[in-house]
Order: sequence, then structure tokens, then C-alpha cells
Amino acid sequence: MSGLNELYQELILDHNKNPRNFKKIENADKLVEGYNPLCGDHYTIYVNMAGDLIKDIGFQGAGCAISKASASMMTTAVKGITKKEAEELFTKFHALVTRDVHDDNEANIEELGCLGALAGVAEFPARIKCASLAWHALHGALNSEGKAVVSTEDSEKEKK
Amino acid sequence: MMKTQSQSAVAEAENTAAALFDVQRIREDFPILKQKVHGKPLVYLDNAATSQKPQAVIDTLTRYYVGQNANIHRGVHYLSEIATYEYEKARGKVKLFLNAADSREIIFVRGTTEGINLVKDTYGRKFIGKDDEIIISAMEHHSNIVPWQLLCEEKGAKLRVIPMNDRGELLLDEYEKLLNEHTKFVSVVYVSNSLGTINPIKKIIQRAHERGIPVLIDGAQVASHLKVDVQNLDCDFFVFSGHKVFGPTGIGALYGKTKYLEQMPPYQGGGDMISSVTFEKTTYNVLPYKFEAGTPNIADVIGMGAGIDYVTTVGFDAITAYEKELLKYATEVLSGIEGVRIIGTAEEKAAVVSLVFDSVHAHDVGTILDNEGIAVRTGHHCTQPVMQRFGIPATARASFAFYNTMEEVDALARGLRKVKEIFGA
Repeated sequence: MSGLNELYQELILDHNKNPRNFKKIENADKLVEGYNPLCGDHYTIYVNMAGDLIKDIGFQGAGCAISKASASMMTTAVKGITKKEAEELFTKFHALVTRDVHDDNEANIEELGCLGALAGVAEFPARIKCASLAWHALHGALNSEGKAVVSTEDSEKEKK
Repeated sequence: MMKTQSQSAVAEAENTAAALFDVQRIREDFPILKQKVHGKPLVYLDNAATSQKPQAVIDTLTRYYVGQNANIHRGVHYLSEIATYEYEKARGKVKLFLNAADSREIIFVRGTTEGINLVKDTYGRKFIGKDDEIIISAMEHHSNIVPWQLLCEEKGAKLRVIPMNDRGELLLDEYEKLLNEHTKFVSVVYVSNSLGTINPIKKIIQRAHERGIPVLIDGAQVASHLKVDVQNLDCDFFVFSGHKVFGPTGIGALYGKTKYLEQMPPYQGGGDMISSVTFEKTTYNVLPYKFEAGTPNIADVIGMGAGIDYVTTVGFDAITAYEKELLKYATEVLSGIEGVRIIGTAEEKAAVVSLVFDSVHAHDVGTILDNEGIAVRTGHHCTQPVMQRFGIPATARASFAFYNTMEEVDALARGLRKVKEIFGA
């Protein structure tokens, strides 16, 4: 699989059409809005913690298929793991979607499980922000008290 | 009966013009159009963002740097005289292009955005104060919203907005209701970049003038599509960008009526905009130099002149007639695709088609089209209030120029069907 077919593969289209954990959590411990001012993608991430554990997570909002599928897959990946594990996952995921596609180094895909489906994004520099938007929001949520707002334009590394 | 006859005569004339318009020959003038993107012929439909450049413009820039480059208005040497001559000749071309009364009314700026900011910073700061009102429209580009918001914030003035209907047409009755004794300025877009609407700006200007209110026209999207005549429109200010009229980026022009320009304080201080400087007092240079501080963008001014020459040679009668056919065909073909909706269906439209899918986000549409070699703009097009008005996050916009073909419209339609196929929409 390469290019467009990889980007819009079945799993991603499915998560876009039937997003998981697409729900508002009333009285969530943490609530973060993630938005991309350049394209208007806008999501709210709700997190409930039990100590260091992400007990429950939900998201709502609107955006392109990549941003929505990525948000959906992220919620399934981080539910039930610790804050530290989630941050490590974000680092790996970020490395995956921002990697230089001309290098053969795709070693991380396997250990990322279903998140690896988004590996194709790296071939589309304009879409990296779409894939990482929800993750930036989650990162913001895990590192703030209560409510916060995260913008893709705060992340220098993705400005290509 | 007479009316019907003359209408059909008009239609016939337009068809003839379109038939006479040799688009393949025109395309030969634009080297970039020959390239392939992702292995497919480039279909460039992002002309509202920027137009491509004909060889004549590229050659003019090369010629300038190879044989004419020098600073202007200050050297007595040969090259400086040549560069000054070419620079001022370009001003004359812009004057003719807009049919301004005098070359002194043409001020070179970086583009439409800077032109609007210049008027806001000079005219606006001097003549607009607390509780005064500025009128803009619901379909402005951010560049004709934010500067006025900044001024309102600074002065305690108010921004009023002419609303539009569901087709994307301004409501003139509502506009008239907005005009009152507090209104000090009107700034309206001629052609909407995201909807394609051609606004009835002559009427808008007339209504404002009945109350002695000056009007600025944002001409960024009109200058490549329709012949502009600032004297006939009677607008007080008009701004456009060279790069949307087949010229280089980073250059544009502001037209202002002499009576206003003379009352306005300078925009920036520096060289070239003074007639004498002492530490006690500086007297400013005459128009237009009062507004052109520092070494200007000489090469691109001259390049913009070449772009204007090019478009004038092709001729606006032929361009307008041909683009009308393109728009008609595109509207017909694209609205026939199930699940696709056109945003912006005004009676009077330029060749811009903004699209939304019921179930596919514009960004995904853009990526899939790009893979087919088709360049469209996706997003809010720097008109977020327009998106909010229509309750959509973004559109995929195909904006045409006279070098686009009916076959390219077909390619776009095929691309959109591919989007549907991938998304099962």
C-alpha cells in the first residue's frame, strides 16, 4: 500500500465514520479544546483520571477524516493506561507521523498497534497537523488542571 | 420582445468571444502549466489564491536583474535612470489599468492587505474617532476585517456589517439602514474570494456618497476577471495585488483620489517620502511618493506592469466572456454530482466554485484531488465569518483563470467522483 490508499485505508475510514468514545463526559476532570486555526478542525477532549490512570476519555467536535480518525484511535489506545504511558505513546506516534519518509526507518509501526495505520500521514506533510491535533490536546489535558486550549500553531516542529 | 432579442444577441456574442478565445495558445504562455504533479497533468484551479505567471512576466524580471537593476529616484547614473523610467512606466500602466485620473493616485504597496492597512493607518487614524462607524460586508476577507477592528479598538469606533442572503448576495436594504450620521467609512469587497459573488459596488458607493462617506473597494479578486474603471465606479480607494493578476508576489497597488491622499498623513517615514529633512522639521514629498518610503520593490513593480500588459493584450472582453462559459459549465457539471453542494450561488458571479460534500471534509477532498494533479484551495479561505454564516467548517474551492479549460472542469469532476468512491459517500 502506498500514498493515497494507505492514507485513506479501511481502518481510518471506519474510525472517521464510526468514531469510538465520541462522547461528552459530564463533569470531566480535564477538558481541553484542540483546534487548528488554519483549517478549522476543532475537538474537545474529556478525560477522567483515577490517580495517574486515564480512567475514561471521550471527544467531540468536527474536522477532516484524518483528524477525527486519529482522535478516535487515540482514545482507544490511551484508555486504561497511565499518564506516563500515554505521553510515551504520543512521542512514538509523533515520531511516526513526522518521520522522513525517504528514510527506511519504520521500526515503530509494529509497537504502535492500530495507531500504525496513520503511518501514511508522513507522506502528506500538509496533513501531519490533522493527525496530531487530538494528541496535542490530550498532552495539554494531561499537563493542565481543568480546562485548557491547545492550538496546532503552538507546535513549531510541525510547521513544514 | 426587444429585450429578448438583445439578450440572445448578447449570448451569441459571448459564445463567439469564447469560440475566438484560443485557450491552448494562451496556455503556451504559462510554462508552469506544462508540468505534471503526482504523475498527472497539473490542473491549476487555485487562481483566487494566486495566479500563474506568463513567460513575459518571468522574462521582464530576468531582464530587469540582468540589465537594469539600480535604485530609483536618486542616482544620476545610466542604470538608475533606466530603472526609474521602468518603475514609473509601470505606474502609468496601473493608472491605465484602473482608469485612474492621474498617475499620482497610484501608490505601490506590498499587496491588498498593505493597501487596506495603509488607508486604515493614515485616513482612518486621522478621520475616524470615538463612536464613529465603519461599514464592511459579511463576505470580507480577513484582511478587510481585522485592520478595521484594530482601528475600532484603538479609537472606540464601531464596526457594522452588511448581511447577505443564502445565495451569498449582500442585502442592500440592510446596508442602507446601516448608513447614518455616525458612518465615517465604507470598505467592501468587489468579488468575494470564497463565494465568487460580484457585489453591486457602484450602488454601494453611490449610497455612501449621498452622505459624503468615502468608500474603499477591495479589488483583490476582481482585477483578473473584470475590467475595472475607478472613475466610473467613483470609488475613493481601490486596492489589488499584482500576484493575482499574473504578476509577481509581494507587490500591489492602492488607488486613492487625490483629494483624500493629500489630506492623509504619511504611512511610513523614511527615504524618498520627504522633500526636506532637518532635525527640527521634515516636509513630505508630493504624491505618490509621500506614501512610498524606502527603496520600493522595484523589480516586482516592473513585473506587475508586465502582468498588466499581458492581461490587457488578452483583453477583458474575451476573458470575461470565456470565464463566464467556464463558470456555467463548471456549475452545471459539479452540481450534477450527488452529495456535492455549491456554496455561493449569486446571480452575479466570477469564475469561483466553492464546494462542500455532505459527508467528506474539504481537507480530505483537497488531498485526494491533489493526488490527481488538481490544485484547489481547501479551508475557510480567510473568510471565517462566511463559513459561520453558512454553517460549514470549510469548503473546497475551485477558482478559475482564463487559461483553464473545459477539460479541466471534467478532470475536477472525475476527481470529486474519486473522493466519493474512496469515502463510499
